[in-house]
Amino acid sequence: MTGTGRETTRGAARERGSARWEARDGARRVTEGSPGGIVLEIAGLCVDYGDGPDAVHAVVDVDLAVHRGEVIGVAGESGSGKSTLAYAATRLLRPPGIITGGDAWFYPEAGEASSRLNLLDASAETLREIRWAELAIVFQSAMHALNPVLSVEVQLTDTLAAHRPEMSAAARRERAGELLEMVGINPDRLSSFPHELSGGMRQRVMIAMALALEPQVVIMDEPTTALDVVTQREILEQVIELRDRYGFSVIFITHDLSLLLELADTIAIMYAGRLVEVGPAKRLFRSPRHPYTLGLLSSFPPLHGEVRALSGIPGSPPDLRRVPSGCPFHPRCRFSLPRCGEERPQLVAVSADGERRVACLLHDGRQSPPAELGNPDAGSVPVAPMAAWGPDGPDRSLPPLDDTALSRPEEGVTPHA
Amino acid sequence: MSYLGRRVGFYLVTIWAAITINFLIPRLMPGNPVQLLIARLQGQGTLSTRAIHALSVAFGLETHQSLVAQYWHYWVQLFHGNLGLSVTYYPSTVVNVIATALPWTLALVGISTVIAFVIGTGIGILAAWRRGSWLEAALPISTFFTAIPYFWLGLVAVAVFGVVLGWFPLSGGLGQGMAVAFNGTFISSALYHAALPAVTIVVTSMAGWMIGMRNMMVTTLGEDYVLVAQAKGLSERRVMMTYAARNAILPSIASFALSLSFVVSGAILVEIVFSYPGIGYVLFQAVQNEDYPLMEAIFLIITLAVLVANFVADLAYVFLDPRTRQEA
Amino acid sequence: MTTTVNDLSPRSELVGELEEPSPVARSARRRLSPKIVVGLAILGFFVLMAIVGPYVAPYNPSALGAHPLAGPSSAHPLGTTQTGQDVLSQLLVGARSSMVVGFVAGAIATALSIIVGISAGYLGGFAEEGLSMLSNIFLVIPALPLLIVLTAFLPRANAIVIAVVIAATGWAWGARVLRAQTLALRRQDYVEAARSVGERAWRIILFEILPNEAAIVASSFLFTVLFAILTDASLAFLGLGNITAWSWGSMLYWAENNEALTVGAFWWFVPPGLCIALLGTGLALANFGIDEFINPRLRAAGLSRRGLQIASRSHGLTPVMRRPTGSGGPSGTGSIRLAEDAPGVAAPLSFDEVSGASPKSQWAPAGGSRAPEGGGR
Repeated sequence: MTGTGRETTRGAARERGSARWEARDGARRVTEGSPGGIVLEIAGLCVDYGDGPDAVHAVVDVDLAVHRGEVIGVAGESGSGKSTLAYAATRLLRPPGIITGGDAWFYPEAGEASSRLNLLDASAETLREIRWAELAIVFQSAMHALNPVLSVEVQLTDTLAAHRPEMSAAARRERAGELLEMVGINPDRLSSFPHELSGGMRQRVMIAMALALEPQVVIMDEPTTALDVVTQREILEQVIELRDRYGFSVIFITHDLSLLLELADTIAIMYAGRLVEVGPAKRLFRSPRHPYTLGLLSSFPPLHGEVRALSGIPGSPPDLRRVPSGCPFHPRCRFSLPRCGEERPQLVAVSADGERRVACLLHDGRQSPPAELGNPDAGSVPVAPMAAWGPDGPDRSLPPLDDTALSRPEEGVTPHA
Repeated sequence: MSYLGRRVGFYLVTIWAAITINFLIPRLMPGNPVQLLIARLQGQGTLSTRAIHALSVAFGLETHQSLVAQYWHYWVQLFHGNLGLSVTYYPSTVVNVIATALPWTLALVGISTVIAFVIGTGIGILAAWRRGSWLEAALPISTFFTAIPYFWLGLVAVAVFGVVLGWFPLSGGLGQGMAVAFNGTFISSALYHAALPAVTIVVTSMAGWMIGMRNMMVTTLGEDYVLVAQAKGLSERRVMMTYAARNAILPSIASFALSLSFVVSGAILVEIVFSYPGIGYVLFQAVQNEDYPLMEAIFLIITLAVLVANFVADLAYVFLDPRTRQEA
Repeated sequence: MTTTVNDLSPRSELVGELEEPSPVARSARRRLSPKIVVGLAILGFFVLMAIVGPYVAPYNPSALGAHPLAGPSSAHPLGTTQTGQDVLSQLLVGARSSMVVGFVAGAIATALSIIVGISAGYLGGFAEEGLSMLSNIFLVIPALPLLIVLTAFLPRANAIVIAVVIAATGWAWGARVLRAQTLALRRQDYVEAARSVGERAWRIILFEILPNEAAIVASSFLFTVLFAILTDASLAFLGLGNITAWSWGSMLYWAENNEALTVGAFWWFVPPGLCIALLGTGLALANFGIDEFINPRLRAAGLSRRGLQIASRSHGLTPVMRRPTGSGGPSGTGSIRLAEDAPGVAAPLSFDEVSGASPKSQWAPAGGSRAPEGGGR
């Protein structure tokens, strides 16, 4: 590619970007329906740590699409690349992280490919405009994510000041107060400093901050890991309630698959920097297709229903500098075939509707998959993402603890539907 | 107790400790040299009998008094502002000598320390922000400046800019025969004389602030809240100053005590090299003339000045870090 | 033994992925930082000079010569003093005294700071309050004026006495840092475990705590040596140290007293000061390297200097450096070149930090389903 060509496209992208952000208004959301088109599409994303010969390939060729209003859960062990994926897509990954390939398309108008914008090619200014206005992040530890020496008010209003310069200081302050109220905190707390708030309140402040500009996508990086179980639950309920009210999409990163079981519409499982299985949450739980997913599902006790034997996964995650050949999971896989050590499986559709994808040679049709990985799947029944949440009702909050109707992984054992 | 309350308490204890050290040194050292001094002065007849008596009381030669009684007496004298007579500047009192010299030092050391802190911290911020740039590459070289003896750099500066080039005066704080008066001639002459010593202090102390700030800034840039600020789409300037530098500067201010102690020690020597009419030069005179009362008083006054400066740093810290404002 | 995914520590993910990808960091740790290497080399040079200096000195440093205040010549490479003494010989002989003071003071002060710092951190309670108050007082009282008063009262001091006095005022910084580190280590599980099985305190301190503080101890030692050498020179310069023996400080004292400055005898006062500054630079560099060792964030592991430059040219904007088309795909380790390294060349790889191009066509996936997911919903 020649230099001039790039210049031109760059300029065009910037123009397109800024025009869009200036022209938009808040009314858009109300008119849109629930499961919408794509808002964020990650395609072939590759991320390295380091730029020398020792570079570690932390994310390899990941494809993932986020739909409007969808909660997509990304799960995996430590070092599986799930956080790296999310940070790289927003280009917030820190040195020595480097994006070495792929695209991250953002669709300002969900589903409209004509207006999409590649975040990986966007200029600093365009990205700065999109960030938080359209893509906000809630961090794992609000204790670390809030600046300890700035008041809550300053941290809420500076976002508004950066993105809505037309707002007066008084209006910004008022809006900051509203945001606190929205997450159930008294606006008096605006003048508080992070250390004066409890852990749960800090995380609520983070959520309020994330929603300050009504973004389309909120990335939540283990947002409740540092909290106790009760607070964790309250926060998750609030997130879901706000999602229903404002219709943003959530990319929920966690190592805790049991959380996703209650929360996510779609689940993506990562292993050694690769996506190994993607599918609608409920179907993935009932009938895991990848041996690793199966292992994850049987390594924690179900929150509801009967007690099962926990088996876990033997071995430990691979060293990213020495990823096993072929399928990276094969040394730990109890179903592994001789060729698993040689052929690298690709993520391919395994259900009739194409919604379920798995990267596993067991499903390549050359043999029938083991019984544990071959449970019937409700593949022919189209499942809208939000339907996974249960009955469509005014209240879409988390189900109460004793509700056993939802999300029982063991339901998959006895064929269902 | 509030943070500031605790700090004030600490400073009071430190002052007490400094005074007590001052009291104990002549009394605990083997072979009190003051005795020799007094014998010599008696022979010369330069000091009055009263002055010699005062000296022996102050330095524990009145052996008929118990140590406790001496200690009490010492405090009483101190509270009356009576630090004795200077041997060097006889018959001036120590207090008078210090009062004349102190403003020179406060102006020279105070202003150059502030300049060094501001420039050093500023460069440190930039070096951390632009990693891999020439500024950062220059960082190891700057360690050279932290290791230069202040007084030696002063000597070189005098040799080059004073002797060889003749741009600046070789010594003193004012032109020949000038008196302290607040008019243009005085101020320009004072600035002219202070320039070389001030640059020496700034050059040698700047690198320390710079390296400290750069390292803290790099560490702070790894904090989540900086990443959040970037994710929020704030301007680069705001992220750098309000989120990273504002937090990174806190340890610099907290460790002000240590750094200031270094700067003050260095500045004393710079004054000596330039024969600058401040406390350091007076201290040198006192050492040359075995003027123990003056030496001890200067130690006290420098300690006091450093404590006051630290208290100012504490106030700044409380202003900058809300966490110190909560009642513990 | 089976591993489950639920027992992960809360922040391990973030630390592991964002700050320090452990494999890279580990390999960086195996290599010694150039700062440490250069610093230690300078230090080694001066240690050698201190050891052999007196034997290789061409003249007796105190011997009066026939050529006073002569500039550098083949007979006197660094010229002569007011009384015709050989400056080079003084420099070589004086190295030993300066180094001895530095290292003895450093050793004593470090020992003191270990004792005070670790006891304060480990014992806790009243002892901690008292000891940390003590170190804070010593930290705040300006050292040089106190040393001047102390040495003025001492009968003519030799190098060791000076070293002891300097150590007495120079231990506080190390003690403070060690106290903080000990406090942190004491809460570590392995120390708690040792305590709970009734391990003796001295054993815990010696085998569990101290080894983990080695880097801090080393750093505080180097720092104190630097402080001691500078202070020793300052005291000698004031005429308070042992000015009758040759040291770099006493050389400067005699140079200053004999107006070396005003007569322009730079060969007399420049070398000793330069030696002090160079030795100090070595110490400070090694210390800098140790800091990077202790604090991984200072290292920027895994990035070349060029990569680091690009990464920090625009903060909060991960660089995009697409791999060349068809060089083995994402898992290949094909070398990454930055377009800017070869300006004007139509580089096969574009560094798209701010570019708006969409080199989709260039980008070669290793394969796999590239259809936008869920398009059929």
